[in-house]
Amino acid sequence: MPKNNEPTHVGRSTPKNDALALATAQELFTADYPLEGALHCALLYSPHAHAQIRSIDTENARAVVGVVDILSYQNVPRILHTSAGQGYPEPSPYDAVLFDRRMRFVGDRVALVAADTLGAAREAVQKIQVDYEILEPLLDRRHAMDEGVPRLHGGEDHAKIPVVYEPENNLAAEVQIAFGELEEGLANAEFIEEHDYSLPAASHCAMEPHAAVAYIDQRGRLVIVSATQVPFHARRIVGRLIECPLHQIRVIKPRIGGGFGGKQEVILEPLVALVAWRNKRPARLVLSRREVFVATRTRHAADLHLKTGAGKDGSITALEMDCLLEAGAYGTHSLTVLSNVGSKVLPLFNKIENIRFHGRSVYTNLPVSGAYRGYGATQGYFAWNQQIDAVARRAGQDVVEYCKRWHIRTGETSGVFEALGEGKEGVSQVIQSCALSECLDRGARAIGWAEKRDKRTRVGQDKVKGIGLAIAMQGSGIPLIDMGAASMKMNEDGSFNLYVGATDIGTGSDTILAQIAAEVIKVPVEKIIVLSSDTDLTPFDVGAYASSTTYVSGQAVKACSEKIAAQILATAAALLETEQEKLHLEAETVRDGTGKKTVTFEEVATSATYNRDQYQIQAQASYTCQQSPPPFIAQFAEVDVDLKTGRVEVVRFLSAADCGRPINPVLAEGQIEGAVVNGLSYALWEEYRYDENGRMTNPRFWDYRIFTARDIPEMQTILVESEEPTGPFGAKSIGEVAINGPAPAIANAVYDAVGVRIRDLPITPEKVWRALRGESGAADVAGGADRPTGSRPS
Amino acid sequence: MTGTLSINGTELRISLRGDEVLLDVLRDLGYTEVKEGCREGACGSCLVLLEGVLVNSCQVLAASTLGREITTVKGLGTFHQPHPIQEAFVEAGAVQCGFCTPGMVLAAFALLKKNPRPTEEQIRHALDGNLCRCTGYVKIIEAVTLAAERMASDA
Repeated sequence: MPKNNEPTHVGRSTPKNDALALATAQELFTADYPLEGALHCALLYSPHAHAQIRSIDTENARAVVGVVDILSYQNVPRILHTSAGQGYPEPSPYDAVLFDRRMRFVGDRVALVAADTLGAAREAVQKIQVDYEILEPLLDRRHAMDEGVPRLHGGEDHAKIPVVYEPENNLAAEVQIAFGELEEGLANAEFIEEHDYSLPAASHCAMEPHAAVAYIDQRGRLVIVSATQVPFHARRIVGRLIECPLHQIRVIKPRIGGGFGGKQEVILEPLVALVAWRNKRPARLVLSRREVFVATRTRHAADLHLKTGAGKDGSITALEMDCLLEAGAYGTHSLTVLSNVGSKVLPLFNKIENIRFHGRSVYTNLPVSGAYRGYGATQGYFAWNQQIDAVARRAGQDVVEYCKRWHIRTGETSGVFEALGEGKEGVSQVIQSCALSECLDRGARAIGWAEKRDKRTRVGQDKVKGIGLAIAMQGSGIPLIDMGAASMKMNEDGSFNLYVGATDIGTGSDTILAQIAAEVIKVPVEKIIVLSSDTDLTPFDVGAYASSTTYVSGQAVKACSEKIAAQILATAAALLETEQEKLHLEAETVRDGTGKKTVTFEEVATSATYNRDQYQIQAQASYTCQQSPPPFIAQFAEVDVDLKTGRVEVVRFLSAADCGRPINPVLAEGQIEGAVVNGLSYALWEEYRYDENGRMTNPRFWDYRIFTARDIPEMQTILVESEEPTGPFGAKSIGEVAINGPAPAIANAVYDAVGVRIRDLPITPEKVWRALRGESGAADVAGGADRPTGSRPS
Repeated sequence: MTGTLSINGTELRISLRGDEVLLDVLRDLGYTEVKEGCREGACGSCLVLLEGVLVNSCQVLAASTLGREITTVKGLGTFHQPHPIQEAFVEAGAVQCGFCTPGMVLAAFALLKKNPRPTEEQIRHALDGNLCRCTGYVKIIEAVTLAAERMASDA
């Protein structure tokens, strides 16, 4: 038998195939596309959180030299849709039109000006006169469903699939599931932990602001180049919104400067498409950072209420989880993020018999929430991990051991998988790989958990050390929904073109998919030439979201490569005059078991192309995931808390992650490290702030600070391998899971240090300082049974 | 006004308005390797070297740069002859989306010119004006460390 079972191309940290071109700035991002004679677009936004436009006067704006077109409700068809780039029909409500008379947040779109120069477009935007009837805004999500508060939607707004959607109550989505007997479980509890948690809206802060350009090609078709995570969804949505047949539209994804969910929205593409289509001229629209903050999408702000009943031994007798998400002005991703608050969190401790989850997403006159790395799991785990920490402490148990005892294991399942899907019931699954216990052990050992927990070591006069843990899982794609496809052809020199719909937004998926193909076909990775995400050239893929690419698109590439391998073997068998079954692929050659008969890939391809029984060696394959195997992670934060100022400094952060067998360990680490730093930054600093009129007051990096290289702690990442039998070469996903742990791990570490719990993000010095002084609020001070061992520092 | 811009050793005769910022002028001239991330001098995506000094080109009036030497990331190395810093970024896995990379590479270049053997603390300090949302900075710091070692041993 051939000795080619050991992988040679997967499991290796091959540099990204676009890295050198990016480092030398050869690659083009959307805004870099040269467009001769393009119309520059600028947008006018609502200055009011809630208003009805009585009239728009564009006369002065049209008089500005160079202005070519102005779009508003006056001349753009009212087509209800969702901007969410999701499978079709989308599980998000159809509650938006491109231009409306009703303004629903400060930053809602009033009009667009297209002009020969950007200067003219901006000048004209200032000259559009809008007469607003100002309406009372709804700015407090906690009162969104009260009697008598303003309503944002109604009339024709509707859900596309049969789900709860009550615009008349400002209810954008609702999810409920229940198992067992909650009240009985609570009654049987020895003690109950019941707390409120809160998380603010946050910006993805992809370094590349949203951008889209469009032009008409030589044959009159519309070409859109866009900074998108979802090129195929963009094509579908644009076609409908501008009433242009799908076959007339091509969407090209160039290099993308990060997404994190923020570009899983079809926001700019319909606008440039409409301008280009109407005027038969190229159009470009590039947002400023301020526009990205205010007028794109945010993480859903959330309020959670958790009630956990536990027995003396810490076993959880009941868990009730209530979640209120802020949809903002439109309901994009409201249902699915909400579902994920439960579906990504509740299965982790799968032995809990009595569970009730109730979630609502509500409209408010605030910026629009959407997809954001973690997708609800981040919100859920912030609360859940603090509950677990508190329960373990009250049961007198070390939380690392506690988590090891109760987490879901290989061979086990949870009813939640089946109960909670994305807009419908979920898909049952049995966990086939879980190395969370090993993650916990190795992480705890590496960070010195036992030596540091509950020690409250002083650093100098004013600082106290603490250490905290958070665990999490995510998924790998959306089962029975997400589909990725690949096609591939062999060139006569033995190289291959790989065409994938999968959308590399900086993650390295082009490289990972090339590694998978190279592994199957036994060629160097450089011989796999990848072209991704061009709706004219590549097969379909849902796009880059839901931690799906490696797992879903990877399986499509693997299946496609296997078909190619079979064709190579068949051709070689004819050339070598032997049976195909006796042959195998090895290092760009086809060999028989004896090693006597060999033929190179180049010879095979040349023969197939030119010489004998000619045909193109080529194949295609699709893959729809049947399950969504979760990656698991244990994350540890070590903090110094300043008793005088309340400032929390994270001095060390460790992640131990099980993403199956990583295809490319350095890229997997990069996903974890990036997610961790985003999570740390969110935990300590990031939040949307609004004035009393619902206007965001900090839409700039000077006021909305994110971590720089100087702010990061000492970081350590451990990849704990497991073997996921349903994944390509044992791989699971890694894109999102690591953002879930930083905030709760820090909160738990703060408690470990100084005995106060901060239950609303961000964990600012002021909140800690107030909590240390026993002031009430979302934070509370350790007391009674929840009080950890050791005395509270004064 | 009219004048000469010297970019990566190429002299360009241009005319511009007094209020135009260098970032826009460079991008309009096709130097799209200079990226716009915030336009407020907060993110470092638009860094260039002006007479060897690191500046956010969004905060510089183009008129003030006439006759002065401007270097973009393409002035450091090319695809076929990359600078050791660019190679180190590739090898260390410091490039994810690559949007911040031109600025990061220039910031690293400016640091290593002044301080060929920086400590990790000094590297973090030098990169403080460059935002990255993809990498968590870990591999970027590794890349600069690697580049410093290589450049020191080549010197």
